[in-house]
Amino acid sequence: MYQLNSVTQTYERRGQIVTALDNAELTIPDNDFIAIVGPSGSGKTTLLSVLGGMLAPSTGDVMLDGESLYDLSVEERTALRGRKIGFVFQSFNLISWLTARENVQIPLMLSGKTAKQQEDRAMEMLDRVGLSDRTDHRPSEMSQGQQQRVALARTLANDPQIILADEPTGNLDSETRQQVMSYLNEFHQDGRTIVMVTHDADTAAFAHRTIRLVAGVTHEVSMARAA
Amino acid sequence: MKLRHMIWKELWQRPTPMLTSLLAVTLGVTALVAIQNITVFSERKIAGDMESLGANVLVLPPSVTLQDYYGADMHGHTMPEEYVTRLALARLPGVENLAPKLCVEAEVDTIPVTLAGILPRSEFQAKAAWQGLGMLGNAVGSDRGCCATAADTGEGDNDPNSLATTRTIAELGDRDVILGRDLASQLGAKTGDTLPLLGEDFTVLTVLPSTGTIDDGRMFAHLHSVQDLSGAGPVVNVIEIMACCEDAAGGLITNLSAELPETRIVTIAQVVQTQIAVNGLMSRLSWVFLSILLLVGGASIASVMYANVTERRKEIGTLMAIGASRNFVTQMFLGKAAILGLAGGAAGFVVGTIVAAVLGPQLLGIHVRPMPMLLGVGMATATIVAVLASLLPARRAAGLDPCLVFNDA
Repeated sequence: MYQLNSVTQTYERRGQIVTALDNAELTIPDNDFIAIVGPSGSGKTTLLSVLGGMLAPSTGDVMLDGESLYDLSVEERTALRGRKIGFVFQSFNLISWLTARENVQIPLMLSGKTAKQQEDRAMEMLDRVGLSDRTDHRPSEMSQGQQQRVALARTLANDPQIILADEPTGNLDSETRQQVMSYLNEFHQDGRTIVMVTHDADTAAFAHRTIRLVAGVTHEVSMARAA
Repeated sequence: MKLRHMIWKELWQRPTPMLTSLLAVTLGVTALVAIQNITVFSERKIAGDMESLGANVLVLPPSVTLQDYYGADMHGHTMPEEYVTRLALARLPGVENLAPKLCVEAEVDTIPVTLAGILPRSEFQAKAAWQGLGMLGNAVGSDRGCCATAADTGEGDNDPNSLATTRTIAELGDRDVILGRDLASQLGAKTGDTLPLLGEDFTVLTVLPSTGTIDDGRMFAHLHSVQDLSGAGPVVNVIEIMACCEDAAGGLITNLSAELPETRIVTIAQVVQTQIAVNGLMSRLSWVFLSILLLVGGASIASVMYANVTERRKEIGTLMAIGASRNFVTQMFLGKAAILGLAGGAAGFVVGTIVAAVLGPQLLGIHVRPMPMLLGVGMATATIVAVLASLLPARRAAGLDPCLVFNDA
């Protein structure tokens, strides 16, 4: 479970202080599915970075499963991220010179799995997203939707408890968008917590809760049904 | 999949900058290997030449200028043979053997020849004044100085062919003559033949193996026979001294000059000194070239690495977001640098050895062989430079903010 207590994040830009998160309060229970919406520059990505343990807030606490995330060292947070958190990116962020299977193997390699374990698990995950026949293809040899499905397989590789998704359907057509959201919904059904930043109302509709960020302040908008 | 697998695949993903860096490193190591190789084998050749000369100190009449070591005894100037006795009695440390020589012009069946009178070691032994000195019985090549590797000319070696390599001979009769290879061919003479010389008949004791020197065109007879028959009297043109290198290069020359102030003392070390100095200069220059080229290579690698980090910012951020530690990212870049260094070092060794093998015979008339030690030196140096050059780019990569992976970050 995530607990954000009075989290404020400020930047200095050209001598001016910019407030990305302003005393944000947020509780995300286990197995929640949250959509974070808001206009550009409202602090959505900052919030995702803070939740991912990659950006220490200026003030406030971020608790994950009762542990203060930013009391951990950088290396401890990195290890925790590899263990508990998976990321889905708008532009997929696959390594272009690795095959689909090798891309999925990366988090497994980083967590110290053997080559055999990596390969078995990667094949299993690619099979789950319907790409068992494209394991040796590079990202450039696949469609956008297939690339995002490889990214989803990579996200799931270490069986993370939490998935942080940054505009997961931003680069996809409507049909592929539906497919990707179905996978995220499925991952939620598996018991995972999903935190998703999106501009798209249809995509947000898949979430249980919607949080609107305006000028760095969180507002609970709605409780919706999971799609 | 392992880290090295990722490094290897990424290397081939961007081959052009990689090959540029590799070329710079390779050139540096090539320069080192080629120059060192040629220098080392050139020095060995000089050492070998000096050993094959046998004599490394010459005692000449004072008016003689050394133009050519082998031609030095054809200058026509003489000095008393008694100097040989004085030298032997002086028992100077470092003197291993003495070879006095008198060269005269003669004819064999109207064919002009150069006749060199030499004194066999048996003559030394026969002179009562020299008995018991022990010096002349010493094997050149005992455990003293650089003579340790020279040929054995001990008393047990009676082969007249030893003259070709050691400048001395154990026995030589009054009417024996030894022919150089070329002269024997010219005269059509062989061992056992009789040749008319200075009004007497001489028997060919042996034909020397080819030495590649002016001796191949000469004939050698007993010094005293040459002195008597040519009417030159008890004189010699030159006294060749086989001396240990350290002594020849040190106090021996001073001692010899003191002993024979009427003569001119020349050490072969002086003759080859220039070549040795050039070799030393080349050896030092090779390190200068290596340093300069490796600096260029290092700068090239650093530049390529910085560009690589910039190009891969999102990739590095993604890796860090999904669990890659700073240490892992650092290793990714340093591992790549190490591969470039090792490959550049190995390639430089191969190319440098080939260059040395091609240029060595053409420039210096030497044949070179691969020196495995240079492979280690080249690879280690290139790897250290490549890794050092990549330290800052690697640190920069490890310090990237993983938040940049997000779309609008």
